[in-house]
Amino acid sequence: MSILINKDTKIIVQGLTGKTGTFHTEQALAYHGTQMLAGTHPKKGGQQWTSADGQNLPLFATVAEAKDATGANASVIYVPPAGAAAAIEEAIDAGIDLITCITEGVPVQDMVRVKEKLDKSKSRLIGPNCPGLMTPDECKIGIMPPSIFRKGSVGVLSRSGTLTYEAVYQTSMAGLGQSSAVGIGGDPVKGTEFIDILEMFLADDQTESIIMIGEIGGSAEEDAAQFLIDEAKKGRSKPMVGFIAGRTSPPGRTMGHAGAVISGGKGGADEKIAALEEAGVRVSPSPAKLGVTLVDVLNG
Amino acid sequence: MNIHEHQAKKILQTFGAPIAAGVAITSLDQAEGAIASLPGPVWVVKSQIHAGGRGKGKFKELGADAKGGVRVSFSAEEALANAVEMFGKTLVTQQTGPNGKAVNQLYVEDGADIDRELYLSILVDRETGKTSFVASTEGGMDIETVAHDTPELIHSVGINASTGCTDADAATLADAFKLEGSAREQGKALFKNLYEAFVSKDMSLLEINPLIVTKSNDVQVLDAKVSFDNNALFRHPDVMELRDVTEEDEKEVEASKHDLAYIALDGEIGCMVNGAGLAMATMDIIKLYGAEPANFLDVGGSATTERVTAAFKIITADPNVKGILVNIFGGIMRCDVIAEGVVQAAKDINLEVPLVVRLEGTKVDEGKAIINNSGLNVIAADDLDDAAQKIVKAVKG
Repeated sequence: MSILINKDTKIIVQGLTGKTGTFHTEQALAYHGTQMLAGTHPKKGGQQWTSADGQNLPLFATVAEAKDATGANASVIYVPPAGAAAAIEEAIDAGIDLITCITEGVPVQDMVRVKEKLDKSKSRLIGPNCPGLMTPDECKIGIMPPSIFRKGSVGVLSRSGTLTYEAVYQTSMAGLGQSSAVGIGGDPVKGTEFIDILEMFLADDQTESIIMIGEIGGSAEEDAAQFLIDEAKKGRSKPMVGFIAGRTSPPGRTMGHAGAVISGGKGGADEKIAALEEAGVRVSPSPAKLGVTLVDVLNG
Repeated sequence: MNIHEHQAKKILQTFGAPIAAGVAITSLDQAEGAIASLPGPVWVVKSQIHAGGRGKGKFKELGADAKGGVRVSFSAEEALANAVEMFGKTLVTQQTGPNGKAVNQLYVEDGADIDRELYLSILVDRETGKTSFVASTEGGMDIETVAHDTPELIHSVGINASTGCTDADAATLADAFKLEGSAREQGKALFKNLYEAFVSKDMSLLEINPLIVTKSNDVQVLDAKVSFDNNALFRHPDVMELRDVTEEDEKEVEASKHDLAYIALDGEIGCMVNGAGLAMATMDIIKLYGAEPANFLDVGGSATTERVTAAFKIITADPNVKGILVNIFGGIMRCDVIAEGVVQAAKDINLEVPLVVRLEGTKVDEGKAIINNSGLNVIAADDLDDAAQKIVKAVKG
C-alpha cells in the first residue's frame, strides 16, 4: 500500500500549457506510466497538448469537463499565483478528490477564502507552495526529482521541498526506500497539515517508519507531537525520526517560506524539538543524518 | 512589507477609522509649519521608523536620560525643540537591534485626551486558517507580556471569510473591550472598517496599540502598525509606492530586485541554497560544525544563470564573508544552471575566498562536469555533511 496516490490515480493538470506544467507533466508521464490524462485551459478547450517526445493529451476548458471525460480523481495546479486560488476553487467545485497546488506565492487572503470552502467540501488539498507527492514506482504528482526515490518502507512528510528530497535521498541510500513522500508546503494557511498525513502513515501497512521534517513558525509540529502522544496511548505508533529547520534563524524575519517566522516568541525550533522528543520522535541535529539516524532507531 | 505609522493611518482613515490630525515631515524645515497647522494645546512628535517600542527607545547620540522616540509636548516651542532633538538621530528600540535605525521622518500629531488604552490587532491565525481579531483591554503595553502573564485578558475572534466581520462579531469585540454608549457604537463600526481594510489591502498584520477611548467617550486610533503580504503586492501598486527602502538592508533590497530571498546575518560563511527549508538547514549545519552563517539565501526553484550570478555578487559584497557554501538539491532547479551561474559569477568577481559546492538532483552529472571543467578552484562535496565540514575547515583552518 501507500498513501493518497498509487498506480490507479488519474490526474489532470491545471496550467498544463505553461513551461513549468509542460516540463513536469513530461517527467510524470515518463515515471512508471503515471496516469496524466488531460489538461485544462479556459481558452484552449478542444485542442491538444503535445510533449517533447510526441505524446498527446486532450485539453479542456474546465476541470469539470476534463473530469467527466477522463474520470480523473486528482488534479495538479501549475498556474501562476494570481490565478492559483481560483484554480483550487474550480477543482473543489468539480469534486476532485485530491488537489495538489505547486504554485509558490499565493496571497494568504486567497488561501483563507479557499480554506473555508475546502472545509465544507470532500476534497483534500496538498499545498500550496509545495513539491507535491510521490509513491515510488507508481505515481508522481508535482516536481520531486524521481531519480532519488526507491520503493520501500519509510513514510516521508515535510513542510520544505528540498528537505523532502534530502530525506528521500538519504533513506534510499540507506537501503530503506519510501512508501510515499508528501510535501505539505511552506505557507501559513494550507490544505493539509502534518497530523492528516501522520494519521495516514500510521494506518498504512507498507509504512514501517516515518521521517517528519518541520521548520520554525506556527505550531504544526507541536500539534503533531500531541497527536502522536494521543495515538501512542491507543497503541498506535511507528519508529520516527524528525528534523526542525531554522535553529539558527533570527526571530521576526521570514525565512523564505511565508510560514517560516518566529513571531511573538512563538514558533521557535527548540520548543518544537522538545515537543517531538517528548512524543518519542528521535530528532536529528543534522539535516545530513536523517537516514543514518533512522537506521539507528530501527536497529534499536 | 512594512510601512510607517503615518502611512498606515492615512490608509485606515480612507476606510473611515477615526485618526487624530497630523502632519508627516521629511526635513526639519517643515517642522515649524507642521506644528503651526495643528491647534494644540498638546502636540505629539513621533519618530517614524519600521520598528516598535519607539516610546521606550533611546537615541544613540543623546544621553541615557534623554527622552524616547515619542514625545508629548505642551507648547509649540517644546514640540519644535523635540523635533530638532530627534530628527536625523539613531533610535534604538527592543525591535531595532543594537545598531538602531535612523529617524529620517517625524510625525507631528494633535494630542489626545486619553481615558482608556486598548489593544487591537488583526492577523491570519494559521491554526484556524481564518482572519482573526486579537483584543485586549490592556493596551499601550507590550502585548506579548500581557499574553504571557495574563492570557485571560486576551480575546481572539475569528472571522468567516464568506460573511466578513458581522454585527455579532463586532458586538463580541465591543464586549471584550468593555465599550459603552457612543464608544461602543463607534467601535462596532470601526471593527468592520478595519476588517475591510485588512482584507481588501491584503495586510498581514494590522496592530493598533493603543486604540483609545477618550474622556468624551469616543474611540480613536492612536498608533498603527501595518505590514502587507508580500505575495499580494502585485495587486496593490498604491501600496508598493509606500515602500521606504532606507528602512531595509541594502543587500536585501538588491536581492529583492532579483527575486532572491536573502537575509543578512552576522557570520562568516556565505550560503547559496535552493529552497527555504534547505537554506535554513544549511545555516543550522554550519553552526553545528562550529561556524556562523553570513546570510540566508534561497535562489528559488526557477533561478537563471543571471540570478545565480546576482546572488553570488550579493553574498561576496559582505566583507565578513570568508568562504562560500553552495548547496543545491535540484528538483525544479537544474544543477547545470546553478553550475553555470557559479562559474560565471566566480570569474566576474574574481572570487578570492574558498568555495565549496555540493550538487544533487536533476542534471547533477552535467552540473558537476561544468564545475570540474571550469578551471576554478572549487572544493567539491559529496553530501551536505561533507560540504559543511569542508567549508568550516576551509574558513577556520
